Amino acid sequence: MDVEILSRIQFAFTIAFHYIYPPLSIGIAIILVIMEGMYLKTKDKFYENMTKFWVKVFALTFAVGVATGIVMEFEFGTNWATYSRFVGDVFGSALAAEGIFAFFLESGFLAVLVFGWEKVGPKMHFFSTIMVSLGSMFSAVWIVVANSWQQTPAGFHVVGEGINARAEITDFWAMVFNPSSIDRLSHVLSGCWLAGAFLIISVSAYYLLKDRHIRFAKSSIKIALVVVMIASLFQLFTGHRSAVGISKNQPAKLAAMEAVFDDQTNAPLYLFGWVDENNQRVSFSIAVPGMLSYLIGFDTNTKVTGLNSFKKEDRPPVNIVFQAYHLMVAIGFTLIGISLLGVFFWWRGTLFKQKWLLWIFVFSVLLPQIANQIGWITAEVGRQPWIVYGLLRTSEGLSKAVEAGQVWFSLVLFTLIYIGLFILFIYLLNEKIQHGPEDADSIPSEIGHPKA
Amino acid sequence: MEFTFDLNTIWFFLIGILLVGYAILDGFDLGVGALHLFVKDDIDRRIMINSIGPVWDGNEVWLVTGGGALFAAFPHVYATVFSGFYSALMMLLFMLIFRAVAIEFRSKQQMKWWRQMWDVAFSVASIFIAFLAGVAVANLITGIPIGPDKEFIGTFWGLINPYTVLVGVTTVSLFMMHGAIYGVMKTEGELQNKLRSWVNNTIIFFIICYITTTMATLIYYPHMIQHFKEFPALFVLAILNMLAIANIPREISRKKEFLAFLSSCASIAALLSLFAFGLFPNFVLASNNPEYSLNIYNAASSQKTLNIMLIIALIGIPFVLAYTISIYWIFRGKVKLNNMSY
Repeated sequence: MDVEILSRIQFAFTIAFHYIYPPLSIGIAIILVIMEGMYLKTKDKFYENMTKFWVKVFALTFAVGVATGIVMEFEFGTNWATYSRFVGDVFGSALAAEGIFAFFLESGFLAVLVFGWEKVGPKMHFFSTIMVSLGSMFSAVWIVVANSWQQTPAGFHVVGEGINARAEITDFWAMVFNPSSIDRLSHVLSGCWLAGAFLIISVSAYYLLKDRHIRFAKSSIKIALVVVMIASLFQLFTGHRSAVGISKNQPAKLAAMEAVFDDQTNAPLYLFGWVDENNQRVSFSIAVPGMLSYLIGFDTNTKVTGLNSFKKEDRPPVNIVFQAYHLMVAIGFTLIGISLLGVFFWWRGTLFKQKWLLWIFVFSVLLPQIANQIGWITAEVGRQPWIVYGLLRTSEGLSKAVEAGQVWFSLVLFTLIYIGLFILFIYLLNEKIQHGPEDADSIPSEIGHPKA
Repeated sequence: MEFTFDLNTIWFFLIGILLVGYAILDGFDLGVGALHLFVKDDIDRRIMINSIGPVWDGNEVWLVTGGGALFAAFPHVYATVFSGFYSALMMLLFMLIFRAVAIEFRSKQQMKWWRQMWDVAFSVASIFIAFLAGVAVANLITGIPIGPDKEFIGTFWGLINPYTVLVGVTTVSLFMMHGAIYGVMKTEGELQNKLRSWVNNTIIFFIICYITTTMATLIYYPHMIQHFKEFPALFVLAILNMLAIANIPREISRKKEFLAFLSSCASIAALLSLFAFGLFPNFVLASNNPEYSLNIYNAASSQKTLNIMLIIALIGIPFVLAYTISIYWIFRGKVKLNNMSY
C-alpha cells in the first residue's frame, strides 16, 4: 500500500476512534448542567449525588477524548503537510481559535467540575459546569467551521501557483459562516447531545431492569428523555437543511448519497438499495418517486445533478456514501421513534413498567454512536476525491517527507494502542456503572420529585 | 540583526510565549512524573499524581494551542517540522496517550501489579516526553536538511546526535528540578522532606547538564550567540537565568517554596528566551543551505491572517490568564486525598 492509502486509513481510524468520546462529553455535559441546576433550585442532595455520578462518567470520556484528540492536531502536519501548507492560512486560524477559546475554558473548569466539590461553593461549581459544557461546544463550533470550510470553501482566494499555491483568507466572517457551517454545526451538536443522553438513558434503564438505584435511574431517564426528544427532532430538521445545502454546494456528494447517475427531475428517494457502480444501477431497492426532487426544492420538478455530469476523476465512491447515508437516516428515524415511545409512556405514567422498552433503551446507546460515525463517513467520503472541495485533491495533500514504512509503523501502533484503550475504557466504564451512584437510594425517595 | 516590530515578529514571540507557558506548566507535571518511581509508598505516589491531578490536562492545552497557533501563523514550519519529525512525533504522541491513560487509570484498581504497571508507564512516558521535546528543540538549533520546496530531506536517525541527546537530557533534568520544587510546595511531612532533599540533587544534575549544553552550543553552534554580540543587552537574560537558578536552593532552605518555584519558572522562561533570541528571525535552520531556512517571513501566513489571529489572541489571552490563575488559586495548598482523587 502506498503512503496515500495508509495515511487515509490512519486518519480515518484515529478520527473515528476519537469521535467516540467528544460527542459523549458534549452530550453528558449539557445534562450535567440540567442536573446541577436542579440541585441548586431544589437544594435536594439527591441531585447533587446524581450529578457527581455522571461527572465521573464524564471525566472518563473526557480523558480519552483529550488523549486521542492531541493526535488529531498533530496529524494534519505529520501526514498531510502539503494540505497544511495549502490551508494553514485559513484552517489554522479556526484551529487556533479552538485552542484559545475552547480548550482552555474546558480543561480549566474541568478541574473544578471534577475535583472542586469541596473547594468552591455550589454556585461557583455550577458556573464551572456551565463553562465546561460551553467549552466543549465551542470546540465543536471551531472544528466544524474548519471542516465545513473544506466542504464549502468561502472567504479566501488562492495565491501562488503549483507547489506554492495556497488559500489565503480574504474575509474571516465569510470563512466562519461559509455556506455549510451552520447546518453542519447544528447537525453535529444534536448528534452529540443524542450520544450523551442515550448513554444516560441506557445506564439508567439497566439499573431499572436490575432493580437498582431506582430513584436515581428514573430521574436520570426523564431528564435525558427530554433532551433526546428535542435533539432527535432537531436532528431531522438540521439533517434536512444539510441535505438541501449539499444539493446546492456539493452536488456530486448528493448524487452519491442518493445514487443519482444522470441529471434528472422527479428524482426518487431510495429507502434502501445496493448500488452497482459499474452498471449505474441500484438493485434490491425501494424508492419513493420524485421524493428527492421534492425534498431539496419542494417541487418534484427540481433538477438533481447526476454523477455523470462530473468528470470520472471528480466523482466520490458511490456505494459507501449511499449505504452510510441511508443507514444514518434510518437510525435517525429510529431514535425519534424511541424518544417518542419513551415520552408517550412517561405521559401515560407507565414508562417504567415497559420492560421491553427499557431493554431497547439499554441497547439504544449504540445507535447515535453508529449514526455519528457513518454520518461523518457520508460527509468525508462524499467529499472525495477532494480534501478541500474543488481546490485540492486528497492525493495532493500528502506529506512529501513521509514514507510508507513510517506510516505502517504508526498505523500498527495506533491500532494496538487504541484497541487496548478501548478495552480499558469499556472496563472502567463498566466498573463505574456497577459501582453506581453514591448512596443515592439511602435518601428517602420521592422528595421534591416530579410526578412519576 | 534587523529588528522590525511587525506582525511576523509579534507572532514569533507569541508562539514563544505559548511554548514558555507550556514548558513552565507541563514542565512541572512532567517533572513530577519523572520523579514518580523514586517515591515508593502507594499513598505517597497517589499524592504525587494528585498534586498535578486537576491541572496536568490544562497544562497540555498550552502545547495543543501552541501547535494550532503555529499551524495558523507559520504553516510551513508546522508542515515541515511535523512531517519531517514524523517518527519522533509519533513516539511523542504515543507517550502522551500512555501518560494520560496512566494518570487516569492507575488508581482505579487496588491490585499491586496494576498500579506498578501504570506507575512505570506514567514515569517513563513523562521522561520520554521531556526528552523528545528537548531533542526537537535541539534540532532547531543544529538545523535540519531542507529542500528548496521547504520539505525536510533528512532521516529519522539524522535527528539524533550527541548534541541533540544532550539537550534532551538537559530538558529532563530541568523538568525534574522544576517538578521536585513543585512537589515540595504541594506536599507535607515525610514526603516533603524527601522531595526537599531531591531538589538539591536535581539542581546539581541540571547545572551539570546546563553548563555542558552551553559550552557545546558556544563551540559548535556559535550562530546562536550572534545576536548577543550585536546586542549585548541581551546578556541580561543569561545573567537573569543564572540568578534565578542560584536563588532556588536559597529559597528552599528558607522554606519559601513558592518563591523557589517562581525562580524555577523564571529560569525556564529565561532559558527559552535565550533560545528564541538565538534563533530569531529563523524558525528552522536549513543545515544544507542557509537560503532554505524557514524564517518568520518565508514560512508565514498572510498579513491578514496574522492580524486576525492577533485579534483572537488579544481577546483570548486575558480569559486564559484569568482561568489559569483562578484554577491554581482554587487548588492552592497541600494535596488532600478524597473520594474524587485519582
